Amino acid sequence: MNEICKLTIVELQRAIAQRELSAAEVCGAFLSRIEEKDPQIRAFLKVDRKGALRTAASIDDALAKGEPPGPLAGVPIAIKDVLVTRGLETTCGSRILEGYHPPYSATAVEKLQQAGAIVLGKTNCDEFAMGSSTENSAYFATRNPWSLDRVPGGSSGGSAACVAAREAPGSLGTDTGGSIRQPAAFCGVVGIKPTYGRVSRYGLVAFASSLDQIGPFARNVRDAACLLQALAGHDPADSTTSPKPVEDYPGALTGDLKGLRIGVVREWLESSLEPEIADAVGSAVNRLEQLGCSIDEVELPHSRYAIAAYYIVAPAEASSNLARYDGVRYGFRAKSAGDLAELYRKTRTQGFGSEVKRRIMLGTYALSSGYYDAYFLQAGRVRRLIKEDFDKAFSRVDLLVGPTTPSVAFRLGEKLRDPLQMYLSDVYTVTANLAGIPGLSLPCGLNQDGLPIGLQMLAPHFEETRLLQTAHALEAELDVTTAAEV
Amino acid sequence: MKISQDEVRKIATLAHLEFDDRELEEFSAQFQQILNYFEQLQQVKTSGVDPLTHPLEEEPGTPLREDVRRPSLSNEEALAEAPKKSDGQFQVPRVIDAE
Repeated sequence: MNEICKLTIVELQRAIAQRELSAAEVCGAFLSRIEEKDPQIRAFLKVDRKGALRTAASIDDALAKGEPPGPLAGVPIAIKDVLVTRGLETTCGSRILEGYHPPYSATAVEKLQQAGAIVLGKTNCDEFAMGSSTENSAYFATRNPWSLDRVPGGSSGGSAACVAAREAPGSLGTDTGGSIRQPAAFCGVVGIKPTYGRVSRYGLVAFASSLDQIGPFARNVRDAACLLQALAGHDPADSTTSPKPVEDYPGALTGDLKGLRIGVVREWLESSLEPEIADAVGSAVNRLEQLGCSIDEVELPHSRYAIAAYYIVAPAEASSNLARYDGVRYGFRAKSAGDLAELYRKTRTQGFGSEVKRRIMLGTYALSSGYYDAYFLQAGRVRRLIKEDFDKAFSRVDLLVGPTTPSVAFRLGEKLRDPLQMYLSDVYTVTANLAGIPGLSLPCGLNQDGLPIGLQMLAPHFEETRLLQTAHALEAELDVTTAAEV
Repeated sequence: MKISQDEVRKIATLAHLEFDDRELEEFSAQFQQILNYFEQLQQVKTSGVDPLTHPLEEEPGTPLREDVRRPSLSNEEALAEAPKKSDGQFQVPRVIDAE
């Protein structure tokens, strides 16, 4: 492997800005790595070789002219294929958008580009981000770089896998119920789901609008903080973004955690958690205590209902958001439809995969007359109780810590025939989306088979700095490798 | 709640989706299993609790921007990805009978 691919985002930016390495050289190294490794990993749906090298050359030109380097100058980044990229095919892992070339780019992508980042390509994901293994992609399954017969997690599986395989130093994913944190845990990398409203979703193909957030993957906390810095902030094109000022995330990564109050969620350690994960989480908590944190047990009594509430709210919103795929304005259109209704029906039936259909059906049912109150409104009420549990917990502690997932990466095909089992793998992550709070998954060890274990940290709304500070201090103590030997 | 295949078919119609008989059978069974799991929500005491639909209620909500004209996609750009178009418009099968 080219040594360049081992460098962190911070190191790459510094070397390019000081012109020790050219952006073209860096870009070329990662493109070669993708060429070499991606036939096995299959993290990328599309690699934009030409576009990436062209951008790299223009960054080198600008630096040669003495223009100031951006905070991500020349850093190659992979983008989950649910974010639109102008002129670069965007499919959301679905046949219904095959060949779609968006006329504009997502704000998150543009912000990275303005900071000097280079888009390497688009990464594989579960169709419309619906899934927990990336097996629901209409194109192919992505493999876990730590063990090729296992899933990388999902739905942002390609974005997590490419970082673990050093095909990219960082990437963007999206998290509606755990789709950044769960694959980060499975692939042994850092993943952040920011507060709802912290990062603009303009140009993110909508799945569940009251839950979706965009966030970064990287191999360490500082790199993730640098990406989040470029992403965060108000966007006039997304009215759900907050006008709150953005803090200096990389600047806040100081070591001292003395006096920080950490909460351990009782319910999370009682359920069907793999013992090795419980042990790894336990020793991470001990380290936090050694760093001067106080540890308290807290309760989130309604979190046991989170999966049920989530799998009503998210499909209900999805059934509405996905109504736009009708074969008229873009994407796939079924042939030989006699009338408009048949065109819609045939296009959607042939264009969507089975998990997407299942969720549209669940959502349509939950919103239909006669069931709206019992399902949709009841789920919304339970959602409020879940949020109030967090409010209560955060009145006593500053941060919650626990496992990101109940198991390590499972085998390909293992849960594919049983949708409910697949849903249950989101048991620790969905609550943060329902409450809108930020979360982070930090690699905290390997199990005896050498598979990564993720530690989840959750903070109150807009307390990303606290999350990053704590994760950064703990990361130094744990000294866990975050790149697979591939 | 017990769900019949007829009901599943009805929901499919509402969602503009179609299932053949074999798919319908498999789908109805999975659907039933998931709905059974949802039943636990009925045990939660929620009287007097308002449904939460937006996770940041304390934020300003969804403020409207000033109503000023801004450039948007050109007709050509907007139609560039359309599977079928004619005379600068999206084309769909006939909606109204020829009569």
